[in-house]
Amino acid sequence: MHDAYLEKFLAGETLAASRLMSIVERGGDDAEAILTALFPRVGRAYRIGITGLAGAGKSTLVNRLIRHYRDQHLTVGVVAEDPTSPFSGGALLGDRVRMIDSCGDPGVFIRSIASRGSETGFSEKATELADVLDAFGRDVILLETIGIGQLEYKIHFSAHTTVVVLTPDAGDDVQSLKSGLMEIGDVFSVNKSDRPAAREYADELRSMIELRLSGSGWHPCVVATVGTTGEGVDELAGAIASHRAYLDTKGLFEEKRIQALRNRMTMLAEEKLKEFFWENEYIRGHFDDVLRDVSTGKQSPYQAAARIVESFKIEKQKGR
Amino acid sequence: MKRPIRVLVAKPGLDGHDRGAKVVANALRDAGMEIIYSGLHQTPEMIVEAAVQEDVDVIALSVLSGAHRTLFKRVRDLMDENGLGDVALLGGGIIPNQDIGELKKMGVREVFGPGTDTRRIVEYIRELFEKRHEGEKTG
Repeated sequence: MHDAYLEKFLAGETLAASRLMSIVERGGDDAEAILTALFPRVGRAYRIGITGLAGAGKSTLVNRLIRHYRDQHLTVGVVAEDPTSPFSGGALLGDRVRMIDSCGDPGVFIRSIASRGSETGFSEKATELADVLDAFGRDVILLETIGIGQLEYKIHFSAHTTVVVLTPDAGDDVQSLKSGLMEIGDVFSVNKSDRPAAREYADELRSMIELRLSGSGWHPCVVATVGTTGEGVDELAGAIASHRAYLDTKGLFEEKRIQALRNRMTMLAEEKLKEFFWENEYIRGHFDDVLRDVSTGKQSPYQAAARIVESFKIEKQKGR
Repeated sequence: MKRPIRVLVAKPGLDGHDRGAKVVANALRDAGMEIIYSGLHQTPEMIVEAAVQEDVDVIALSVLSGAHRTLFKRVRDLMDENGLGDVALLGGGIIPNQDIGELKKMGVREVFGPGTDTRRIVEYIRELFEKRHEGEKTG
Protein backbone atom coordinates (compact mmCIF):
# COMPACT_ATOMS: atom_id res chain seq x y z
CA MET A 1 0.00 0.00 0.00
CA HIS A 2 2.73 2.42 0.77
CA ASP A 3 4.38 1.79 -2.58
CA ALA A 4 1.41 3.52 -4.14
CA TYR A 5 1.84 6.42 -1.75
CA LEU A 6 5.56 6.57 -2.44
CA GLU A 7 4.94 6.88 -6.16
CA LYS A 8 2.52 9.73 -5.64
CA PHE A 9 4.86 11.30 -3.09
CA LEU A 10 7.69 11.34 -5.62
CA ALA A 11 5.30 12.94 -8.07
CA GLY A 12 4.80 15.75 -5.57
CA GLU A 13 1.34 14.91 -4.23
CA THR A 14 0.66 16.55 -0.87
CA LEU A 15 -1.87 14.00 0.37
CA ALA A 16 0.59 11.17 -0.30
CA ALA A 17 3.24 13.01 1.75
CA SER A 18 0.70 13.48 4.52
CA ARG A 19 -0.33 9.82 4.54
CA LEU A 20 3.29 8.69 4.58
CA MET A 21 3.89 10.97 7.54
CA SER A 22 1.05 9.25 9.39
CA ILE A 23 2.56 5.85 8.72
CA VAL A 24 5.95 7.11 9.91
CA GLU A 25 4.33 8.49 13.07
CA ARG A 26 2.87 5.11 13.90
CA GLY A 27 6.28 3.52 13.83
CA GLY A 28 6.98 -0.14 13.23
CA ASP A 29 8.09 -1.99 10.13
CA ASP A 30 6.09 0.12 7.68
CA ALA A 31 7.59 3.31 9.04
CA GLU A 32 11.10 1.92 8.79
CA ALA A 33 10.52 0.73 5.23
CA ILE A 34 9.34 4.18 4.20
CA LEU A 35 12.16 6.01 5.94
CA THR A 36 14.65 3.63 4.37
CA ALA A 37 13.16 4.26 0.93
CA LEU A 38 13.32 8.03 1.48
CA PHE A 39 16.77 8.11 3.07
CA PRO A 40 18.71 8.83 -0.15
CA ARG A 41 16.60 11.95 -0.61
CA VAL A 42 17.08 13.32 2.88
CA GLY A 43 19.64 16.03 3.57
CA ARG A 44 18.88 18.89 1.22
CA ALA A 45 16.67 20.97 3.47
CA TYR A 46 17.94 23.56 5.93
CA ARG A 47 16.50 22.77 9.35
CA ILE A 48 15.81 25.43 11.92
CA GLY A 49 14.71 24.49 15.43
CA ILE A 50 12.53 26.93 17.35
CA THR A 51 12.34 26.20 21.03
CA GLY A 52 11.65 27.97 24.31
CA LEU A 53 9.15 28.10 27.11
CA ALA A 54 5.42 27.95 26.53
CA GLY A 55 3.87 31.32 25.82
CA ALA A 56 7.07 32.82 24.43
CA GLY A 57 5.42 33.36 21.07
CA LYS A 58 7.20 30.69 19.07
CA SER A 59 4.30 30.00 16.70
CA THR A 60 3.83 33.67 15.99
CA LEU A 61 7.52 33.99 15.14
CA VAL A 62 7.39 30.85 13.00
CA ASN A 63 4.51 32.43 11.11
CA ARG A 64 6.67 35.45 10.37
CA LEU A 65 9.70 33.42 9.42
CA ILE A 66 7.62 31.35 7.00
CA ARG A 67 6.63 34.53 5.16
CA HIS A 68 10.23 35.68 5.14
CA TYR A 69 11.40 32.50 3.42
CA ARG A 70 8.44 32.48 1.07
CA ASP A 71 9.32 35.99 0.00
CA GLN A 72 12.67 34.53 -1.01
CA HIS A 73 10.78 31.93 -3.06
CA LEU A 74 11.88 29.08 -0.83
CA THR A 75 9.46 26.28 -0.04
CA VAL A 76 8.82 25.66 3.63
CA GLY A 77 7.87 22.72 5.80
CA VAL A 78 6.84 23.10 9.43
CA VAL A 79 6.63 20.44 12.12
CA ALA A 80 4.89 21.91 15.16
CA GLU A 81 4.85 19.86 18.32
CA ASP A 82 2.45 20.14 21.24
CA PRO A 83 2.28 18.04 24.38
CA THR A 84 0.16 14.94 24.73
CA SER A 85 -1.77 14.90 27.98
CA PRO A 86 -0.26 12.23 30.21
CA PHE A 87 -3.74 11.58 31.60
CA SER A 88 -5.91 11.24 28.54
CA GLY A 89 -3.38 10.52 25.84
CA GLY A 90 -5.01 13.24 23.77
CA ALA A 91 -3.64 16.55 22.57
CA LEU A 92 -4.77 19.98 21.42
CA LEU A 93 -2.60 20.93 18.50
CA GLY A 94 -3.07 24.64 18.23
CA ASP A 95 0.18 25.96 16.78
CA ARG A 96 -1.25 25.92 13.29
CA VAL A 97 -3.77 28.59 14.23
CA ARG A 98 -1.02 31.18 14.46
CA MET A 99 0.41 30.35 11.06
CA ILE A 100 -2.60 31.88 9.42
CA ASP A 101 -0.67 33.86 6.81
CA SER A 102 0.31 30.70 5.04
CA CYS A 103 -3.14 29.36 4.33
CA GLY A 104 -3.69 28.65 0.71
CA ASP A 105 0.03 28.75 -0.06
CA PRO A 106 1.09 25.39 -1.52
CA GLY A 107 4.67 26.37 -0.83
CA VAL A 108 4.03 25.86 2.89
CA PHE A 109 3.32 22.46 4.43
CA ILE A 110 2.41 22.54 8.11
CA ARG A 111 2.14 19.35 10.12
CA SER A 112 1.18 19.22 13.76
CA ILE A 113 2.47 16.45 15.95
CA ALA A 114 1.64 15.47 19.51
CA SER A 115 4.54 14.44 21.69
CA ARG A 116 2.82 11.10 22.42
CA GLY A 117 4.66 10.34 25.58
CA SER A 118 8.12 11.38 24.57
CA GLU A 119 9.78 12.49 27.79
CA THR A 120 12.32 14.77 26.28
CA GLY A 121 9.94 17.31 24.87
CA PHE A 122 11.13 16.80 21.36
CA SER A 123 10.30 13.50 19.86
CA GLU A 124 12.30 11.55 17.36
CA LYS A 125 9.08 11.34 15.44
CA ALA A 126 9.23 15.06 14.74
CA THR A 127 12.68 14.57 13.23
CA GLU A 128 11.33 11.75 11.09
CA LEU A 129 8.43 13.87 9.87
CA ALA A 130 11.00 16.51 8.98
CA ASP A 131 12.84 13.81 7.00
CA VAL A 132 9.69 13.23 4.96
CA LEU A 133 9.30 16.95 4.28
CA ASP A 134 13.00 17.09 3.40
CA ALA A 135 12.62 14.23 0.92
CA PHE A 136 9.49 15.95 -0.39
CA GLY A 137 11.70 18.80 -1.51
CA ARG A 138 11.11 21.55 1.02
CA ASP A 139 13.99 24.04 1.10
CA VAL A 140 13.56 25.12 4.71
CA ILE A 141 12.08 23.15 7.57
CA LEU A 142 11.04 24.81 10.81
CA LEU A 143 10.77 22.52 13.81
CA GLU A 144 8.80 24.00 16.66
CA THR A 145 9.00 22.22 19.97
CA ILE A 146 6.84 22.22 23.04
CA GLY A 147 9.17 24.39 24.99
CA ILE A 148 9.39 22.44 28.20
CA GLY A 149 12.77 24.02 28.50
CA GLN A 150 14.58 20.90 29.62
CA LEU A 151 16.40 18.35 27.55
CA GLU A 152 15.92 20.42 24.45
CA TYR A 153 19.30 19.26 23.33
CA LYS A 154 17.74 16.77 20.97
CA ILE A 155 16.46 19.51 18.73
CA HIS A 156 19.94 20.93 18.74
CA PHE A 157 21.14 17.77 17.10
CA SER A 158 18.31 17.54 14.61
CA ALA A 159 18.46 21.12 13.44
CA HIS A 160 21.24 23.03 11.73
CA THR A 161 20.42 26.20 13.61
CA THR A 162 18.55 26.30 16.91
CA VAL A 163 16.67 29.43 17.90
CA VAL A 164 15.75 29.81 21.57
CA VAL A 165 12.80 32.13 22.12
CA LEU A 166 12.62 33.94 25.46
CA THR A 167 10.48 36.71 26.86
CA PRO A 168 11.32 39.41 29.39
CA ASP A 169 8.40 38.54 31.63
CA ALA A 170 8.42 39.77 35.14
CA GLY A 171 9.91 37.30 37.54
CA ASP A 172 11.93 35.50 34.90
CA ASP A 173 15.51 36.19 35.57
CA VAL A 174 18.12 35.52 32.95
CA GLN A 175 20.16 33.88 35.71
CA SER A 176 17.45 31.36 36.35
CA LEU A 177 17.33 30.14 32.78
CA LYS A 178 17.88 26.46 32.67
CA SER A 179 21.41 25.96 31.48
CA GLY A 180 20.24 23.48 28.85
CA LEU A 181 18.46 26.26 27.00
CA MET A 182 21.52 28.48 27.20
CA GLU A 183 23.75 25.80 25.73
CA ILE A 184 21.72 24.83 22.72
CA GLY A 185 20.89 28.26 21.37
CA ASP A 186 22.71 29.36 18.26
CA VAL A 187 20.44 32.38 18.08
CA PHE A 188 18.38 33.87 20.90
CA SER A 189 15.20 35.77 20.22
CA VAL A 190 13.99 38.03 22.99
CA ASN A 191 10.37 38.14 21.92
CA LYS A 192 7.65 40.50 23.12
CA SER A 193 10.37 43.10 23.12
CA ASP A 194 7.82 45.85 23.30
CA ARG A 195 7.49 45.02 26.99
CA PRO A 196 9.26 47.06 29.61
CA ALA A 197 12.70 45.84 30.71
CA ALA A 198 13.16 44.02 27.40
CA ARG A 199 16.36 45.88 26.65
CA GLU A 200 17.86 45.09 30.06
CA TYR A 201 16.89 41.47 29.67
CA ALA A 202 18.56 41.29 26.27
CA ASP A 203 21.69 42.94 27.66
CA GLU A 204 21.85 40.51 30.58
CA LEU A 205 21.44 37.66 28.16
CA ARG A 206 24.32 38.93 26.03
CA SER A 207 26.51 39.14 29.13
CA MET A 208 25.68 35.59 30.13
CA ILE A 209 26.48 34.37 26.64
CA GLU A 210 29.76 36.29 26.73
CA LEU A 211 30.69 34.55 29.99
CA ARG A 212 30.07 31.15 28.51
CA LEU A 213 32.02 31.67 25.32
CA SER A 214 35.04 29.44 25.05
CA GLY A 215 37.13 31.52 22.73
CA SER A 216 36.78 30.63 19.08
CA GLY A 217 33.59 29.22 17.72
CA TRP A 218 30.17 30.59 17.04
CA HIS A 219 29.15 33.63 19.02
CA PRO A 220 25.39 33.26 19.62
CA CYS A 221 23.43 36.38 18.73
CA VAL A 222 20.61 37.94 20.65
CA VAL A 223 17.86 39.51 18.56
CA ALA A 224 14.97 41.57 19.91
CA THR A 225 11.68 40.67 18.24
CA VAL A 226 8.01 41.46 18.49
CA GLY A 227 6.29 38.50 16.85
CA THR A 228 2.89 40.12 16.75
CA THR A 229 4.08 43.09 14.69
CA GLY A 230 6.96 41.45 12.84
CA GLU A 231 9.52 43.82 14.28
CA GLY A 232 12.98 42.26 14.39
CA VAL A 233 12.04 39.26 12.24
CA ASP A 234 14.33 40.31 9.41
CA GLU A 235 17.16 40.56 11.91
CA LEU A 236 16.25 37.14 13.28
CA ALA A 237 16.36 35.64 9.79
CA GLY A 238 19.65 37.45 9.28
CA ALA A 239 21.09 35.91 12.44
CA ILE A 240 20.00 32.45 11.28
CA ALA A 241 21.62 33.11 7.91
CA SER A 242 24.85 34.18 9.65
CA HIS A 243 24.93 30.94 11.59
CA ARG A 244 24.36 29.01 8.42
CA ALA A 245 27.22 30.85 6.73
CA TYR A 246 29.42 30.11 9.75
CA LEU A 247 28.66 26.37 9.54
CA ASP A 248 29.42 26.50 5.84
CA THR A 249 32.71 28.38 6.18
CA LYS A 250 33.95 26.10 8.95
CA GLY A 251 32.90 22.98 7.07
CA LEU A 252 30.66 21.96 9.96
CA PHE A 253 27.68 20.68 8.00
CA GLU A 254 29.18 17.25 7.55
CA GLU A 255 30.09 17.01 11.22
CA LYS A 256 26.55 17.92 12.28
CA ARG A 257 25.11 15.48 9.84
CA ILE A 258 27.21 12.63 11.15
CA GLN A 259 26.46 13.55 14.76
CA ALA A 260 22.74 13.49 14.00
CA LEU A 261 23.06 10.13 12.28
CA ARG A 262 25.10 8.79 15.20
CA ASN A 263 22.39 9.86 17.65
CA ARG A 264 19.70 8.34 15.50
CA MET A 265 21.47 5.03 15.02
CA THR A 266 22.30 4.81 18.71
CA MET A 267 18.71 5.40 19.67
CA LEU A 268 17.38 2.89 17.16
CA ALA A 269 19.88 0.21 18.16
CA GLU A 270 19.12 0.70 21.85
CA GLU A 271 15.40 0.50 21.18
CA LYS A 272 15.80 -2.75 19.29
CA LEU A 273 17.97 -4.14 22.05
CA LYS A 274 15.36 -3.28 24.67
CA GLU A 275 12.67 -4.98 22.60
CA PHE A 276 14.90 -8.02 22.22
CA PHE A 277 15.34 -8.22 25.98
CA TRP A 278 11.71 -7.77 26.92
CA GLU A 279 10.45 -10.16 24.24
CA ASN A 280 12.44 -12.99 25.74
CA GLU A 281 10.28 -15.67 27.34
CA TYR A 282 12.63 -16.26 30.21
CA ILE A 283 12.73 -12.60 31.14
CA ARG A 284 8.98 -12.29 30.90
CA GLY A 285 8.53 -15.36 33.07
CA HIS A 286 11.12 -14.59 35.70
CA PHE A 287 11.29 -10.86 36.12
CA ASP A 288 8.58 -10.76 38.75
CA ASP A 289 10.16 -13.58 40.72
CA VAL A 290 13.45 -11.75 40.82
CA LEU A 291 11.61 -8.60 41.80
CA ARG A 292 10.08 -10.47 44.71
CA ASP A 293 13.56 -11.32 46.00
CA VAL A 294 14.34 -7.63 45.94
CA SER A 295 11.14 -6.54 47.63
CA THR A 296 11.62 -9.10 50.38
CA GLY A 297 15.14 -7.87 50.92
CA LYS A 298 16.92 -11.01 49.71
CA GLN A 299 18.77 -9.06 47.04
CA SER A 300 19.46 -5.47 46.13
CA PRO A 301 18.09 -4.21 42.83
CA TYR A 302 21.69 -4.10 41.60
CA GLN A 303 22.35 -7.75 42.32
CA ALA A 304 18.98 -8.71 40.89
CA ALA A 305 19.48 -6.79 37.67
CA ALA A 306 22.93 -8.29 37.17
CA ARG A 307 21.51 -11.74 37.85
CA ILE A 308 18.69 -11.42 35.40
CA VAL A 309 20.95 -10.15 32.64
CA GLU A 310 23.32 -13.07 33.27
CA SER A 311 20.40 -15.47 32.96
CA PHE A 312 19.37 -13.72 29.76
CA LYS A 313 22.84 -14.24 28.29
CA ILE A 314 22.74 -17.93 29.19
CA GLU A 315 19.30 -18.33 27.65
CA LYS A 316 20.55 -16.76 24.46
CA GLN A 317 23.62 -19.00 24.38
CA LYS A 318 21.31 -21.97 24.67
CA GLY A 319 19.44 -20.64 21.69
CA ARG A 320 16.26 -19.78 23.60
CA MET B 1 1.59 1.71 18.64
CA LYS B 2 -2.15 2.21 18.53
CA ARG B 3 -2.75 5.39 16.70
CA PRO B 4 -4.86 8.19 18.14
CA ILE B 5 -7.80 9.55 16.22
CA ARG B 6 -7.06 12.90 14.57
CA VAL B 7 -9.87 15.40 14.27
CA LEU B 8 -9.86 18.82 12.65
CA VAL B 9 -12.24 21.15 14.48
CA ALA B 10 -12.92 24.02 12.14
CA LYS B 11 -14.81 27.29 12.19
CA PRO B 12 -15.63 28.39 8.68
CA GLY B 13 -17.05 31.75 7.76
CA LEU B 14 -18.04 34.70 9.82
CA ASP B 15 -18.73 33.23 13.25
CA GLY B 16 -17.47 35.55 15.93
CA HIS B 17 -16.87 33.13 18.75
CA ASP B 18 -15.78 29.57 19.19
CA ARG B 19 -16.78 28.63 22.72
CA GLY B 20 -18.81 25.64 21.57
CA ALA B 21 -16.13 24.39 19.24
CA LYS B 22 -13.58 24.67 22.03
CA VAL B 23 -15.78 22.72 24.44
CA VAL B 24 -16.02 19.91 21.90
CA ALA B 25 -12.30 20.11 21.09
CA ASN B 26 -11.43 19.77 24.78
CA ALA B 27 -13.83 16.87 25.27
CA LEU B 28 -12.34 15.03 22.34
CA ARG B 29 -8.85 15.71 23.66
CA ASP B 30 -9.86 14.35 27.04
CA ALA B 31 -11.08 11.23 25.26
CA GLY B 32 -7.56 10.67 23.93
CA MET B 33 -7.88 12.19 20.45
CA GLU B 34 -5.48 14.57 18.75
CA ILE B 35 -7.32 17.73 17.85
CA ILE B 36 -6.15 20.21 15.29
CA TYR B 37 -8.01 23.40 15.89
CA SER B 38 -8.33 25.71 12.93
CA GLY B 39 -9.16 29.00 14.54
CA LEU B 40 -11.88 31.38 13.40
CA HIS B 41 -12.75 32.73 9.96
CA GLN B 42 -11.55 29.85 7.91
CA THR B 43 -12.51 29.44 4.28
CA PRO B 44 -13.52 25.99 3.05
CA GLU B 45 -10.27 25.94 1.05
CA MET B 46 -8.17 26.60 4.17
CA ILE B 47 -10.04 23.91 6.08
CA VAL B 48 -9.52 21.22 3.47
CA GLU B 49 -5.89 22.23 3.00
CA ALA B 50 -5.33 21.73 6.73
CA ALA B 51 -7.18 18.40 6.63
CA VAL B 52 -4.93 17.18 3.83
CA GLN B 53 -1.67 18.26 5.50
CA GLU B 54 -2.71 16.87 8.88
CA ASP B 55 -4.20 13.61 7.52
CA VAL B 56 -7.21 13.81 9.79
CA ASP B 57 -9.81 11.10 10.23
CA VAL B 58 -12.70 13.50 10.77
CA ILE B 59 -13.52 17.14 10.03
CA ALA B 60 -15.91 18.66 12.55
CA LEU B 61 -17.34 21.93 11.27
CA SER B 62 -18.99 24.32 13.66
CA VAL B 63 -21.26 26.91 12.10
CA LEU B 64 -23.30 29.46 14.02
CA SER B 65 -23.96 32.00 11.32
CA GLY B 66 -26.66 30.27 9.33
CA ALA B 67 -24.54 29.83 6.23
CA HIS B 68 -24.36 26.11 6.85
CA ARG B 69 -25.82 24.91 3.58
CA THR B 70 -23.25 26.58 1.38
CA LEU B 71 -20.33 26.04 3.74
CA PHE B 72 -20.93 22.34 4.32
CA LYS B 73 -21.47 21.67 0.63
CA ARG B 74 -18.32 23.53 -0.34
CA VAL B 75 -16.23 21.70 2.26
CA ARG B 76 -17.61 18.28 1.27
CA ASP B 77 -16.97 18.97 -2.42
CA LEU B 78 -13.43 20.14 -1.76
CA MET B 79 -12.78 17.08 0.40
CA ASP B 80 -13.91 14.80 -2.43
CA GLU B 81 -11.84 16.72 -4.97
CA ASN B 82 -8.72 16.46 -2.83
CA GLY B 83 -8.66 12.76 -2.07
CA LEU B 84 -10.46 12.95 1.27
CA GLY B 85 -13.50 11.00 0.08
CA ASP B 86 -13.32 8.60 3.00
CA VAL B 87 -12.85 11.27 5.66
CA ALA B 88 -16.03 11.94 7.62
CA LEU B 89 -17.59 15.39 7.82
CA LEU B 90 -19.54 16.19 10.98
CA GLY B 91 -21.50 19.29 11.85
CA GLY B 92 -22.17 21.29 14.94
CA GLY B 93 -23.34 24.72 15.97
CA ILE B 94 -26.67 26.36 15.24
CA ILE B 95 -28.27 24.23 12.56
CA PRO B 96 -32.07 24.12 12.31
CA ASN B 97 -33.49 20.59 12.56
CA GLN B 98 -35.26 20.93 9.24
CA ASP B 99 -31.93 21.40 7.47
CA ILE B 100 -30.26 18.33 8.91
CA GLY B 101 -31.78 15.99 6.31
CA GLU B 102 -30.48 18.14 3.49
CA LEU B 103 -27.02 18.30 5.03
CA LYS B 104 -26.91 14.54 5.36
CA LYS B 105 -27.82 14.19 1.69
CA MET B 106 -24.86 16.43 0.93
CA GLY B 107 -22.60 14.02 2.74
CA VAL B 108 -22.51 15.33 6.29
CA ARG B 109 -22.51 12.17 8.38
CA GLU B 110 -24.14 13.57 11.49
CA VAL B 111 -25.06 16.87 13.06
CA PHE B 112 -24.61 17.53 16.77
CA GLY B 113 -26.52 20.55 18.03
CA PRO B 114 -25.68 22.68 21.04
CA GLY B 115 -26.09 20.83 24.28
CA THR B 116 -25.27 17.44 22.79
CA ASP B 117 -23.58 15.26 25.36
CA THR B 118 -19.96 15.28 24.26
CA ARG B 119 -19.71 11.60 25.17
CA ARG B 120 -22.09 10.87 22.30
CA ILE B 121 -19.81 12.71 19.92
CA VAL B 122 -16.78 10.81 21.25
CA GLU B 123 -18.54 7.45 20.80
CA TYR B 124 -19.71 8.35 17.32
CA ILE B 125 -16.23 9.33 16.19
CA ARG B 126 -14.70 6.22 17.74
CA GLU B 127 -17.14 4.04 15.81
CA LEU B 128 -16.39 5.88 12.56
CA PHE B 129 -12.70 5.35 13.13
CA GLU B 130 -13.10 1.61 13.84
CA LYS B 131 -15.07 1.17 10.65
CA ARG B 132 -12.62 3.14 8.56
CA HIS B 133 -9.69 1.06 9.78
CA GLU B 134 -11.31 -2.34 9.91
CA GLY B 135 -8.79 -4.92 8.88
CA GLU B 136 -5.81 -2.66 9.31
CA LYS B 137 -3.21 -3.95 11.71
CA THR B 138 -2.99 -2.07 14.96
CA GLY B 139 0.08 -1.96 17.18
